[in-house]
Amino acid sequence: MKNYEKTGILSTKDFILPTKKQLKKGVAILECVQKIPCNPCVDSCPVGAISMKDINSLPVVDFDKCIACGKCVGACPGLAIFVVKIKEDKGLVTLPYEFLPVPSVGEQVSVLDREGKNQGEGIVQKVIKNGKTIIVTVEVDKDLIMDVRNIRVKI
Amino acid sequence: MYFRSGESFLRIKKHPIIEFRDQKRIQFYYNNKKKVGYTGDSIGSALHALDIKHLTTSLVYDSARGFFCGIGKCSSCLMKVNGIPNVRTCIAPLKADIHVETQDKLADLPDAEFKNISKKKIDVDILVVGGGPAGMCASVEAARQGAKVLLVDENQHIGGQLIKQTHMFFGSKNERAGTRGIQIAKDLEEEIKDFEKNSKINLMLDSTLIGYYEGEKNRYRFGVVKRIDYDSKLYDVCCKSVILCCGAMEDMLLFPGNALPGVYGAGGVQTLMNVYGIKPGKNVVMVGAGNVGLIVSYQLLQAGVHVDRVIEAMPFIGGYHVHAAKLRRCGVPIFTSYSIKEVYGDGKVEGCVVVRLDKNWRPVKGSEEKISCDTVCLAVGLTPSIRILSQIDVRIKFIPEAGGYIALHDENMQTTVNGVYVAGDSSGIEEASTAMIEGKIAGVSSALHLGYNKEEGKKLRKQYVGDLKRLRLGPFGEKSRVAKEKISNVLEAKK
Repeated sequence: MKNYEKTGILSTKDFILPTKKQLKKGVAILECVQKIPCNPCVDSCPVGAISMKDINSLPVVDFDKCIACGKCVGACPGLAIFVVKIKEDKGLVTLPYEFLPVPSVGEQVSVLDREGKNQGEGIVQKVIKNGKTIIVTVEVDKDLIMDVRNIRVKI
Repeated sequence: MYFRSGESFLRIKKHPIIEFRDQKRIQFYYNNKKKVGYTGDSIGSALHALDIKHLTTSLVYDSARGFFCGIGKCSSCLMKVNGIPNVRTCIAPLKADIHVETQDKLADLPDAEFKNISKKKIDVDILVVGGGPAGMCASVEAARQGAKVLLVDENQHIGGQLIKQTHMFFGSKNERAGTRGIQIAKDLEEEIKDFEKNSKINLMLDSTLIGYYEGEKNRYRFGVVKRIDYDSKLYDVCCKSVILCCGAMEDMLLFPGNALPGVYGAGGVQTLMNVYGIKPGKNVVMVGAGNVGLIVSYQLLQAGVHVDRVIEAMPFIGGYHVHAAKLRRCGVPIFTSYSIKEVYGDGKVEGCVVVRLDKNWRPVKGSEEKISCDTVCLAVGLTPSIRILSQIDVRIKFIPEAGGYIALHDENMQTTVNGVYVAGDSSGIEEASTAMIEGKIAGVSSALHLGYNKEEGKKLRKQYVGDLKRLRLGPFGEKSRVAKEKISNVLEAKK
């Protein structure tokens, strides 16, 4: 049994990691590790970077093709896709968000890891409201881009 | 972001996903005291918002019973309304000036109500029972083939459990993947309304199918009661074919205190929150980490309710990892190999005791932990609703992988009685996406049975049967595959 089947928490060993060069360009990380019949991510990708053998297989991202546009982040019904990017000495994480209040650009928010543990502060860089799942890009320490997966807006 | 009024702390004021329309205040009487609810409330939801949790008393013991399933199945909310006892208040609409009273055990039935009541006859090609995902798709598909359909549902809203599914669905474009269940319900309702315009579908809400009666040859006859402002009208429905999409009922777990008001089915809580906009309480312990437990926990957080933890008796999380991950990154812990030992409280839930299980599922002594909470949700499985099916004399069989007793049926969703079809959870517990396809298959099959649109219909059905098989191919479809295989083996053996 995989550890995440017990805990609900993935470790970076559970999926393929992009190279440094790919991270600088920005890539989508698909934290989708179980074969569930689902494929909206494939349809959402404008450059055909996500592929699947059939509806019950795992999606695979071609990191070189991926343009880090974030369309798949809002398309994934499991809210399991994140875009990560290294920009100079900072990191950017784009994540799906379905809570209130909605953060604004420039706002400081708490950033949380896969266990909901506080990993410090981040600055909201971009908020896309396309449908009810909001897409938030938050600037964090570049060492945290593979850990930050949620935000908490300060009330 | 949506806001609405309402003075109770239990009414959800704003929600990230659901648009609760501003409602009008309604005055009603609860045990002769004036109370206020809102249009769109059921009696049960209005009382719940007022923090009135004791709705009825156990038939056997003197203990209080409260809101449990929220969808008119469990009998835990029976009350007297305008003098009529045993009204399922969780689904009965709140109306102005009605008198709602707690009843003591089984109240006497007033014999005036149904004596000499005149009944209206309805003749129709196909009767569809249940307006959830399966029933709506079955109706639309049968009407599209040219048949005349009567769709009966006992709720005030059509949509079954879709109207509380605020998460995006999985699947492919064909199954409307990425669309929220609440939106799918609206879209299907629109399709039904279009067919209503040319009288291809006749929709009867607030109506309960009360029994099957012998009809003329090749006809099925049912009694249907429609409630209009707490006045009942009786219908004598005759049809050439019937599709039963009666859904399922939430399972109960055995432990001391399981009947205390404040112990809910997880689906009941979902109904309370996402249909009526009412929180179950302030602090929740969720029992069961299957998809229902995980999804409802996440939706509780969205409604602004604290979820203390999710416990699961199995050594692993049964639901999709992506649902568990959503919950974990919000800080909600999931404890596998844990069970609930008891729920305690004086007349309502004040807390519970959880216990760790060893490899043999036995409680580990000394591992008990007391948790203070006002709500315990049970997400421990569903049982298919088949009572009407058993009246029609179709062959019923216990298939554990299907969730209990179900009607045996073939690939075209026909039961062992010619012209009688099943679809959705009442043919075996599965997902809404598969229920919709089963509904489509049953709808086409039923129309074909009556001779509508032969060639086109057969082609369409073949396509749907293929879609369904494809959806069940993955590891999460295994249980359904086993269930359907067992069903077809029993049918083969019978031949």
